[in-house]
Amino acid sequence: MTPDTVTPDTVTLAAGASAADSAQPYAELGLRADEYARIREILGRRPTATELAMYAVMWSEHCSYKSSKVHLRQFAATAPDTGVLLVGMGENAGVVDVGEGLAVTFKVESHNHPSYVEPYQGAATGVGGIVRDILTMGARPVAVMDSLRFGPADAPDTARVLPGVVAGVGGYGNCLGLPNIGGEVAFDPSYAGNPLVNALCVGVMPANRIQRSAATGVGNAVVLLGAKTGRDGIGGVSVLASATFDAAGQPAKRPSVQVGDPFTEKIVTECCLELFGRGLVVGIQDLGGAGLTCASTETAAAGRSGMRVALETVPLREASMEPLEVLTSESQERMLAVVTPAALPDVLAVSRRWGVLATKIGEVTDTGRLEITWHGELVVDVPPASLADDGPVYSRPTARPADLYALQADDPADLARPTTGAELRANLLRLVSSPNLCSRRWVTEQYDRYVQGNTVLAMPADAGVLRLSEETGLGIALATDGNGRYARLDPYAGAQLALAEAYRNVATTGARPIAATNCLNFGSPEDPDVMWQFAEATRGLAEGCRALGTPITGGNVSFYNSTGVTAINPTPVVGVLGVFDDVARRNPLDFGLVGEVILLLGETRPEFGGSEWAWALHGHLGGCPPAVDLYAERMLAEVLVAGSRDGMISAAHDLSDGGLAQALVESCLAGGIGARIVLPADLDPFVALFAESTARAIVSVPRSEELRFTEMCAARDYSCARIGVVVGDTLDVQDAFDIRLDELRAAFEGTLPRLFGGVVSSTPAGTPDSRASA
Amino acid sequence: MDANQWLDEVLWQGEFVELTAWAEPGRPSDCRRLDAGRRVFDSLASVRPALEVARMSARVGVVTFPGSLDDRDAQRAIRLAGGTPVALWHGDADLGDVQAVVLPGGFSYGDYLRCGAIARFSPVMGAVIDAAAGGLPVLGICNGFQVLCESHLLPGALVRNAGLHFVCRDQGLVVESSRTVWTSAYDEGARIVVPLKSGEGRYVADARTLDALQAEGRVVFRYAEGNPNGSLRDIAGIANEAGTVVGLMPHPEHAVEDLTGPGDEGLGVFVSVLSSLLAVA
Repeated sequence: MTPDTVTPDTVTLAAGASAADSAQPYAELGLRADEYARIREILGRRPTATELAMYAVMWSEHCSYKSSKVHLRQFAATAPDTGVLLVGMGENAGVVDVGEGLAVTFKVESHNHPSYVEPYQGAATGVGGIVRDILTMGARPVAVMDSLRFGPADAPDTARVLPGVVAGVGGYGNCLGLPNIGGEVAFDPSYAGNPLVNALCVGVMPANRIQRSAATGVGNAVVLLGAKTGRDGIGGVSVLASATFDAAGQPAKRPSVQVGDPFTEKIVTECCLELFGRGLVVGIQDLGGAGLTCASTETAAAGRSGMRVALETVPLREASMEPLEVLTSESQERMLAVVTPAALPDVLAVSRRWGVLATKIGEVTDTGRLEITWHGELVVDVPPASLADDGPVYSRPTARPADLYALQADDPADLARPTTGAELRANLLRLVSSPNLCSRRWVTEQYDRYVQGNTVLAMPADAGVLRLSEETGLGIALATDGNGRYARLDPYAGAQLALAEAYRNVATTGARPIAATNCLNFGSPEDPDVMWQFAEATRGLAEGCRALGTPITGGNVSFYNSTGVTAINPTPVVGVLGVFDDVARRNPLDFGLVGEVILLLGETRPEFGGSEWAWALHGHLGGCPPAVDLYAERMLAEVLVAGSRDGMISAAHDLSDGGLAQALVESCLAGGIGARIVLPADLDPFVALFAESTARAIVSVPRSEELRFTEMCAARDYSCARIGVVVGDTLDVQDAFDIRLDELRAAFEGTLPRLFGGVVSSTPAGTPDSRASA
Repeated sequence: MDANQWLDEVLWQGEFVELTAWAEPGRPSDCRRLDAGRRVFDSLASVRPALEVARMSARVGVVTFPGSLDDRDAQRAIRLAGGTPVALWHGDADLGDVQAVVLPGGFSYGDYLRCGAIARFSPVMGAVIDAAAGGLPVLGICNGFQVLCESHLLPGALVRNAGLHFVCRDQGLVVESSRTVWTSAYDEGARIVVPLKSGEGRYVADARTLDALQAEGRVVFRYAEGNPNGSLRDIAGIANEAGTVVGLMPHPEHAVEDLTGPGDEGLGVFVSVLSSLLAVA
């Protein structure tokens, strides 16, 4: 935002008329010449500086989805009709019926660029933003998850970004009282200049209390709730989120990052929930990207109404703010409510009780125009739908990346493989201590997973599991997954693999998967290679959701994730929601009972393209990702859900990155009990241990249930092999190697503290130091 | 020997037969819970029948400050222990007819000044401070402990963790004293596991205070198996001289059910106060 856009002579309509032909700085605001011409055509005149700024933010890639819209349409068009969707795509978040009169809403969203510029605040406000989206639907937020991707683990900049992001996710979520129940942390050079910070929030509400965002009812009051409006985050969506970083851009863009105040969000949340519970609001919308501009135009457009706003009534942090700054500020912790005049006194009283600032700033009209005045002078007079719904839509050119043939031809079959027991052992230890597979404890110990008292499973479980009803045990499971390397090799398959893994993770805990959300992280849409990746990934995801019966309920697109001209690996992150009739039936991942049988479900093939083994041992990325078999995924899910429901399984763990070896290590370490393993005779031990074939899981089954379980698998024609027994304090792979659990644990747990500091103090109790007096 | 033979041999070794016999038919995942349950202090068994009587009478208040987070969890814990939870509002100086008060975890008023420093001046705390002087049992958990220290109901202070980061983990504790109204159901020296989740949980006080706490048996909980935050003398919780006011950083209200906590070993805190209220009544 350059200072000359704020010259007084162009702020009001009256003054603008006299300057009809002077040039306007649309390009600096991120608008193209044809987009600017279209604005003039819509208004039939020169826009005021304020209006121009509003169009710039609303027509930005971030708000308008102008490059992605044509591809996203297929999510709704081809969604499987499973009858659970109460609110589909297009609202702030989709809403799903989970039974017993309860509805669940969930969504994942990116805050990538702000988190690179200012890791703590970027990540914190990423959590805050998605929580308000969930609240806006009428739901009480009940948990968050975070899906994080950084540059190489040992890169100096990762040491700057990761600790700040983790502290920001934790600081905001912990203070808000939301348990963090899972997520991902991954490292790859392609994210070195552009980390991915995707946050998911899930909320619960009575199914009959869904809130709408439409501003309806002529004469109803428009009330701004929450924090005062300041100069933070101005232009966040257009300057920051809808452009790539240049080499020197980082500090200069710092003012575009918002600053979070979780305490205010907490009281705003409780205040809004009381307003919803008492039926005091007609419509509600959060203020996120593009701030008041977005909230006012979207609510007015959704209500097919008009709105008059007296902008000078907005409570400000700085009195000198200009109208366009007030309208585009992305100050956090604000909500816009539409309330009847009769309810207004009650709304103000509830707000006062919670200590939340509430101010009537305008009212709903029937003019079909959004009219904004500033101390009595008209500064904005636009049709709201022209900003909210009728932005530009581009069908951008696509091109299969030229290097993809060579990349796919570079098969990992030629890489040197371990053959002896000692080599297999060494490979396993290298993998479990590699940054992508090692323990995430350093991260997850900074997140409160207990608050609200309904967390049944959290990290490192396959999926987070929450209890919704203490009476019946009704509950949900949630997992997020993504794999940029797979998607780089084949974006269509990569998106399906992300979906399949999240689906499998949910089913592994025993929950029935019913819906999905997504966050699509890609490079610049102006690059045809990237646009091809995007088109392939969305097509794969839409077809995958149809095959698995999990409709996409909503999501988010993040473009311009590149540094200079180098795009990130295309990274579709998929979140899947599942339902339990009774969460007491959940399957934990830890082997808990000595003597139980370990069974391997699914077929193992020599698939190493994009694998963690090829990457961690050889720095290799090439070939094709593992084959997708969505029918097999459905069968596996049925086996796991039935096994859990009928009490046949005591532990289950999904097989994904790092293959069987990694899953065994995690299940042994989580339960503190070892295993004796006999690998299937028809498989090369290396393939059996490290291949990343899909639709696989391990389960531990009491011997009293083994026959019943294997017969159930046979009835479904699902491959089920007995591979071992839970016993001892070593991971013992017959005829190959054995490793004591303490050695495994040291390898698994040591990596992140070594890289990011042993900050989580664990001074042994009773040492002289800890007993020293102050 | 082929793989299956080898496995069968391992499986049929006698020791496993005995262990797997624990499994209830059809509910294998529960046997681990059963196992955990058996480890839980048996002393609870003796007070449970008495709880049935206390259920209708014992009313325990839980204060909600703006920014309180574990208030509903504390209410659940009181309910599961057999009491009647009563919601108290920070702006209300009237405690009504409650027989004990819990100050829950969270970030009261955002804790932007010093943890608990603003909550200490709330109307409800004026009433709590007065009632505590008259012997009302008061428990401060995490942020509630910080509020108690700021209110001078307990000595010392809670400062930033030695490791500087927020720490959430299942924490081993030793119950050092069962002579408080909040720990009477435990055996002295009992080891329990309760979640710890705090960024400013490092207990500090001057040497004389620490010595006095020690000498008077007012150290109620100590960290076991590693000091997570640099607390002096591994102190996790302390009591006032009368043993009626207790503050601790770990969260017993998050260890009241096997399903949602590391076990139910925190329930004893709430059982304790309910049984002492019953004894008084």
